[in-house]
Amino acid sequence: MIVADRKKIPEIRDMVQGHNRILVVGCGTCVTVCLAGGERETGIIGSALRMSLKLAGRENVTVHECTIERQCEDAFIDVLGQRVGEYDAILSLGCGAGVQALAERFPKTAVYPGLNTQFMGILESQGVWAEKCAGCGNCRLGQYFGICPITRCSKKQLNGPCGSSRNGKCEVSEQTDCAWQLIYDRAKSLDKVAMLESIAVPQDWSTSNDGGARKVVREDQCIAGMGPKA
Amino acid sequence: MTQQPVILAFCCHYCAYAAADMAGSMRLQYPSNVRVLRFPCTGKIEENHLLAAFEKGVDGVLVAGCLEGGCHFLEGNLRAKKRVQRVKQILGEIGIEPERLEMFNLSSAEGPRFAEIVKEMNARIAPLGVSPLRKSETHLENGIAEMALQAEKAIQGGNR
Repeated sequence: MIVADRKKIPEIRDMVQGHNRILVVGCGTCVTVCLAGGERETGIIGSALRMSLKLAGRENVTVHECTIERQCEDAFIDVLGQRVGEYDAILSLGCGAGVQALAERFPKTAVYPGLNTQFMGILESQGVWAEKCAGCGNCRLGQYFGICPITRCSKKQLNGPCGSSRNGKCEVSEQTDCAWQLIYDRAKSLDKVAMLESIAVPQDWSTSNDGGARKVVREDQCIAGMGPKA
Repeated sequence: MTQQPVILAFCCHYCAYAAADMAGSMRLQYPSNVRVLRFPCTGKIEENHLLAAFEKGVDGVLVAGCLEGGCHFLEGNLRAKKRVQRVKQILGEIGIEPERLEMFNLSSAEGPRFAEIVKEMNARIAPLGVSPLRKSETHLENGIAEMALQAEKAIQGGNR
């Protein structure tokens, strides 16, 4: 899932200055699970923003809250429909994709981010989320026994480990596992250590963040005559 | 507009609420500006509830749960402790003194301690004065009544 955390209230307050009617929109998908922008957090940020604006002498600003199931998909944004017309700004508590989806859908309404989108990751333990995927577009997890060196090795080394792996930890921080130690341990438990002796070819970065924003197109799923958006 | 600070006490049914009851039975004197809300456990108290109290113009909020290790639901009071800390952080960001909010732990047998806690919070709030978020006494009292209703719903399990 996409992991995010909230911006500080003063930053949000400064962003929305000049607006008199603000709709805080939460998202019921990834950011609900990572406790950053779900219904509960939408209430918290809405309440905090109202208080902050009042203390800044802007008592007359209206701040309302609502949460939709998924901000990154047009069909789910439908429920906001005409309601948005009553506001002059939206504070989105979705990830970066959600913020942009709302901005595309409502060209005449200012849209601001209430969260800092961090990464694609998993819940490591209660309250701790860890980055696992860089979305490079050319997955080689099969070659590395299910541990991604691009995301989890600080040097993104495809042929590791480097000389700074100590007791299973990375030189960057004692809290950071050495991805190559994890890869080796996993290879060992699968009895495939020999596979690590071959040299891995360089990554083809053309599938990553290269040449502008990427698109995945499934022609068979596109509605006839509409095709992918230009 | 009243200049008298109002303190809202979020009390656990199993300890602080009973202690408040005992303080009454014992005819103990404590400031009358405290309003008691009964929750099934302090673990039921969300960050939203605490912020809502401040938004309605309450001057101080105390969360009173069981002694650590003695929660009727094992760890509700420990969760509440963390939530109180987080709300203090948010209050700081907003520009409201975080010391207007505090968590206390006591047992149901500690009526005198409940009275002390209320006095302690009053002493703490007095120099800070009335909350800058207070609109009017009516607005505040209506807000508290609404919150009390919600808390009672939580007790009955109807407020999710």
